[in-house]
Amino acid sequence: MTRPLSKSRFRPGDAPDATILREHAPLLRDIERRGLLRGSLSLGALAMLGGCSPKDSESIQATLRAISRFNDRMQALLFDPTRLAPTYPESMVLKPPRFNAFYGVEDVRPVDGATWKLELAGRIAERQPWSVAQIMALPEQEIIIRHICVEGWDYIGQWSGVPLRLFLERVGADLSCRYVAFRCADDYWGSIDMASALHPQTLLATKYAGEAIADPFGYPLRLRTAVKLGFKNPKWITSIEVTNDYPGGYWEDRGFNWFSGL
Amino acid sequence: MEPMTAPRPGRRLHPWPIRIMHWVNAAAMIVMILSGIGIYNDEAILGWVFFPHWLLLGSWAAEHLLWHFAAMWVLVFNGLLYLLYGLLTGRFRRKLLPISGREAVADVRDALRFKLAHEDLTVYNSVQKLLYIGVILAAILQVVSGIAIWKPVQFSGLTALFGDFQGARLAHFLGMAGIVGFLFVHVALALLVPRTLAAMVTGGPVVPEERT
Repeated sequence: MTRPLSKSRFRPGDAPDATILREHAPLLRDIERRGLLRGSLSLGALAMLGGCSPKDSESIQATLRAISRFNDRMQALLFDPTRLAPTYPESMVLKPPRFNAFYGVEDVRPVDGATWKLELAGRIAERQPWSVAQIMALPEQEIIIRHICVEGWDYIGQWSGVPLRLFLERVGADLSCRYVAFRCADDYWGSIDMASALHPQTLLATKYAGEAIADPFGYPLRLRTAVKLGFKNPKWITSIEVTNDYPGGYWEDRGFNWFSGL
Repeated sequence: MEPMTAPRPGRRLHPWPIRIMHWVNAAAMIVMILSGIGIYNDEAILGWVFFPHWLLLGSWAAEHLLWHFAAMWVLVFNGLLYLLYGLLTGRFRRKLLPISGREAVADVRDALRFKLAHEDLTVYNSVQKLLYIGVILAAILQVVSGIAIWKPVQFSGLTALFGDFQGARLAHFLGMAGIVGFLFVHVALALLVPRTLAAMVTGGPVVPEERT
């Protein structure tokens, strides 16, 4: 239970890149369960649970995840599909947008638009793949909305692309399904509920501030929805699946709340 | 609510619902604070303020968030029950009002000199009244600003009350700081006068009905 002493109990002034920490956090968690033990100790002291065996920590962890699933349902109830997120003037748009992924910006692998295809799967009638040119030819909508990260930062961005609702209708997706799942060129994946997918401020974005989205931000195609936290907006999308089987997601499988609606 | 309001001679200073709600709130509030400062660490509001890792509940962001969004239900529903109880039984009116400005100044002066009288646990001095009202208001601010942060689209009007999303985060942080400040004073005074701590466990002295 003893923790190695770090140089400072506080974060040093020149902190390591947060993405490195985030990337390794799940790994660290799996290797050593001291964080969970400490958590169970603190709770034990509070709730007089006593005990700090790994088994207890696992049951606490399971309870917390069960409450998170309950929170998914509560958020779905709170979600008003007709309620629009605030929009902002062009003068407030951050250029370029803020980068974030489960790795650093230097590790971004640009997608070749010439060979890129968008694959479709699941409960979709017309599943032939789409090229960049075909996607760009679809009707386009622009929204200037606030991006809010689960970490607490935010910025205002100007996104354009085909509304996901319009795209799903165009390809004959079963809109009564529960989930829309996304796979990405960088092996990220994620999923959102159908009600959020059909929200008028949910786009398959191809442009930022009027120009093709730059490589670090998801070229050629990414999701941009005003009704979800940032990590629910996959970049470099390579496939879309409509399904009733819970698809999870990269961060969600590591403990972040799945619904994560705003 | 009838059994609670019915006159009953020999009631204790802290009836059992108050004691249960007090300790449930204490546990939920501490979970909210220790997980909340972990969430804060991922995007500090005050660039130079980070909280040490040994203090945090949960080992990384996902766990801080799981704790925070679990304990919030306990905090909110227990808090609502407490407010209902305090309003419906008249406990708030009897215990926390009235507050006289002059008395408050005198009591603060006495408190700072450690001369504040506390022979009678059943009557709160004006410093106590102000602190208790203050912390109740701070807890309400935490719930309101918390909803503004959690649901800035569904409750965008609430978020706008704080200016914007970052304004709501700042209010939520300052509300937490205020509650932590209260906690230090509250716990220190309870330890200085241990009878008050015992009273919140056993119920404390029997008091005339009109003063419970």
